[in-house]
This record gives sequence, C-alpha cells and structure tokens, in this order.
Amino acid sequence: MGVDSVADTSRYSAQGQTAPVSAPSFYTLLRTEFTLAVRQRSDIVNPLLFFVTVLAMMPLGIGPEPDMLARMAAGLIWVMALLATLLSQESLFRGDYEDGSLEQLALQPQPLYFPVLAKVLVHWVVTGLPLAVLSPLLGMMLNLGDAGYWPLFASLAIGTATLSLIGAVGAALTVALRRPGLLLALIIMPLYVPVLIFGTGAVQAALDGYPYGPQMAILGAILAASAALAPLAAAGAIRISLEN
Amino acid sequence: MSWQWFHRLGSPRWFYQKTSAWLPWLGAASVLVLVIGAVWGLGFAPQDAKQGNSYRIIYIHVPAAFLALAGYYIMAISGAIGLIWKMKLSFVVMRAAAPIGAALTFLALFTGAVWGKPTWGTYWVWDARITSMLILLFLYLGVMALSGAFAREQSGDKASALLALVGTVNIPIIYKSVDWWFTLHQPATLKLTEASTIDPSMFYPLLTMIAGFYLFYAWVLILHTRSLVLQREWRTQWVRELLGQSTAKGEG
Repeated sequence: MGVDSVADTSRYSAQGQTAPVSAPSFYTLLRTEFTLAVRQRSDIVNPLLFFVTVLAMMPLGIGPEPDMLARMAAGLIWVMALLATLLSQESLFRGDYEDGSLEQLALQPQPLYFPVLAKVLVHWVVTGLPLAVLSPLLGMMLNLGDAGYWPLFASLAIGTATLSLIGAVGAALTVALRRPGLLLALIIMPLYVPVLIFGTGAVQAALDGYPYGPQMAILGAILAASAALAPLAAAGAIRISLEN
Repeated sequence: MSWQWFHRLGSPRWFYQKTSAWLPWLGAASVLVLVIGAVWGLGFAPQDAKQGNSYRIIYIHVPAAFLALAGYYIMAISGAIGLIWKMKLSFVVMRAAAPIGAALTFLALFTGAVWGKPTWGTYWVWDARITSMLILLFLYLGVMALSGAFAREQSGDKASALLALVGTVNIPIIYKSVDWWFTLHQPATLKLTEASTIDPSMFYPLLTMIAGFYLFYAWVLILHTRSLVLQREWRTQWVRELLGQSTAKGEG
C-alpha cells in the first residue's frame, strides 16, 4: 500500500478514490509517525530543554549543598521527567485532529488500538527515551550516588513509556477542547502517581544499598498492563472526542 | 421475566416521579440513624484509654472515608453503565456523584487533620492512607473538571465516564503502592477499620454512623440527581407540567 507520502497534509487519504481502503500495517504506521516526529524537531528538543532547564533551576532555588541535592536528586529528576512528558503529550493527537487525519484513522477497517499504540511508541522514543538517556548526566550534576545511575536510567526508560501510554488517554480525552493544557494535567497527574512512587522507590532502594528488582518488576508490570489497556481507553476517548 | 423495569430505570422522568415518593422516607431514616449514631458515639461510648475524648472524631472520619471510596465506585460504575447501555440517567447519576464524593473525601481529609493534631502532633504527614485520599480527591476533581469542559453535554458525559473508569484501575494500585512506598521508611500506620482492635462499645455506634452515612449518601445523591434531571430536561413537556408552565409556551 502506498501510504507513505508523508508530505500530504492528510496522510491517510493519499490513495485517492480508486483503490478500496485497507488498513495500513503497524510498521507503516510506525514509520509514518516517526518520520513526522523527526521532521517536527522542536517537539523533540523542547521537552529535553525544559527538563534540563528546570533541573538547573533547582539548585538555585533550594540551595547548592551537595548532600541535600544528593538526597533530592532522584525525586527531582523523576518529577521533571513527568512534567516534560505531560507537556509534550498535549500535541500527541492535536495535529491529526485538526487536519482530519484522526477521523480518517478512526474510519480505517482496523481497531484504533494500533494507530494509537504506534503514536505512543514514537512519542516515547522521541521524548521519554532521550530523557532517560540524559538522566545519568543530570544525576551526576545533582550529586546522585554511584549506585543510583543505572536504576535511574532503567526506571525512567520503563516509567516514561508508561507515562506516555497513560497520558495518551488524557490527550485523547481533551483533544477536542480548545485549551486542554491545565485540564490535561489535572486529570492525568493522579494516574501518574504509582509510576512516580515505584520509579523513585527503585532509585532510593539502590542508593540505600537494597535490591531494587522488586520495584523494577512492578514498574514493568504497570507498563505491561498499560500497554494492553491504555491504547484501548485512548481509542475510546478519540471516538468520543470525534463526536464532539 | 420482563426487562421493562431496567429500561424504565433509564428514563429520567420515571426516576423523578418514583423517587418523589421515596425521598421523605429516605431523608427521615438517614437523619434518624445519624442522630442515634451521633448521640451514642459522642455521648455514651466510653472514652479511649490513650486518646481520651479526641478519638470521637472517628464517628465522622471513618464513615466519611468509607463513603468517599464507595462513592468513587458508584460514580465509575454508573458511568460504565452509561457507556455500555447508553442510559441517559446513569450519566446524570455519575455527574451527581462526583461533587458529593469530592466533598466526602475532603471531609475525611479535614477530620483526619483535626484528629491528627492532638494524637500525632501534626496536621499532615505523608502517610500512605492520607496521601492516597488526597489522590482520590484529585481524581474526583479531574472527573468534575472534564465533565464541565465540553460544550456538548453527551461528550462530557462519555469522556468523564471513561476517565472515572480509568481512575478505578488506579485506586487499588495507589493503595498498595503507597503502602510499599513507605515500608522502607516507616511501618504502616493506622489500621482504623479493623473491627478486632476496637471495643464493641465503640464499634456499634461506629457501625450505626456508617449505616447513617450510607443512607445520607443515597438521599443526597438522589436529591442532586433530581435537580440535574430537571436542569437537563427543562425543555420537555413533563418538566413544564411539573413546574406548572405547561400552558406558558404553546409549542405542542
């Protein structure tokens, strides 16, 4: 199927009227989303810049004592990662909603689950994963202990994927609203709490010299559950938003 | 067996007319049970060995916390019924349940803080129970905010029902995780609801208060649902007749 012509504003109606519409494969969806994401560089860079900038503010605000920073490092980095994910999430479905692609996707003869999953996956690859990769560096700047680097990276890598999945539900629920920013934060933040708790818990356990496997296992379990359920809920939310 | 009652249940008009007869009884019963429980608990239950009289706030605190949690499930389940069977009325119940649940959650948090000062020496600690109740309050507020954000009423109904359902998945996770979270730092505190640790002379008034709160909750929920029904259906014939305006505008 020739649905790779990304240049079209409405991506999924590129075939014209001749061929009967068939659903794009998951790989095609992924590649389209990824190409789009790469071409929108600011969407990738801005969350990272936000993440780094706000973390640089923290020692200015609370004081530069290394001991205190060390104690707060994991929590600060985690909360900032959460906010950066949240901020980048607002635009997850917005462009597609505005140019009608979302409606086209909803009309495809396949569950909306897969397009949503593809979008979330790409969102995580371009925002969550770089955050996780960057986190040891920031951890070093905040005087995080040596034992904490690996757990910080691993918990952020798993955790931000979950955050992307959960946030997609909120983004889908609010896509039809004109100014969803604060509302999105209000409805999604409580759902982020378990991820935050186990993410920081893993790092803290490692720093205190305890095994952090249990926390990582729970993070993985939450990720598995959200990967199965969140795209379903987001797909339902998209259909509700399209009625609006 | 006929399913007619189930379909009737979805009719706001039927609901309004039926509940008119129940309301006085429900209201009287809830006030009666609450008064009995309050007098029994505040006046006749013995003093606590450690906390003296300050423990008596339990008779407000625990029932409010119970209903705050049960109210979330009532909200989420009625939202789910609305999504599945497309019943108008159950969305109305969901919307009515949200502010009541939020108010009860706030009451539980507030009485907890008041109780915490004399017993723990502080109004607030980041304890497992307290934090999870705060999250519950945010969940309620999120549902309320989302349901009000849509221009189209039906979209707001469905969206907030979906959010309430997603939040349901979260509640048990929050409970357990926050317990695990703090086992590293301090042992789990407060097992208020375990019947075995409390003397029957204190426990029975507490049970009475819980029953009273349940009745009160049902009463307020029905009252609020009825007012929302009137707001939504104000254009219909039966509401106009009810309000004595049937002849005011002759639109047929």
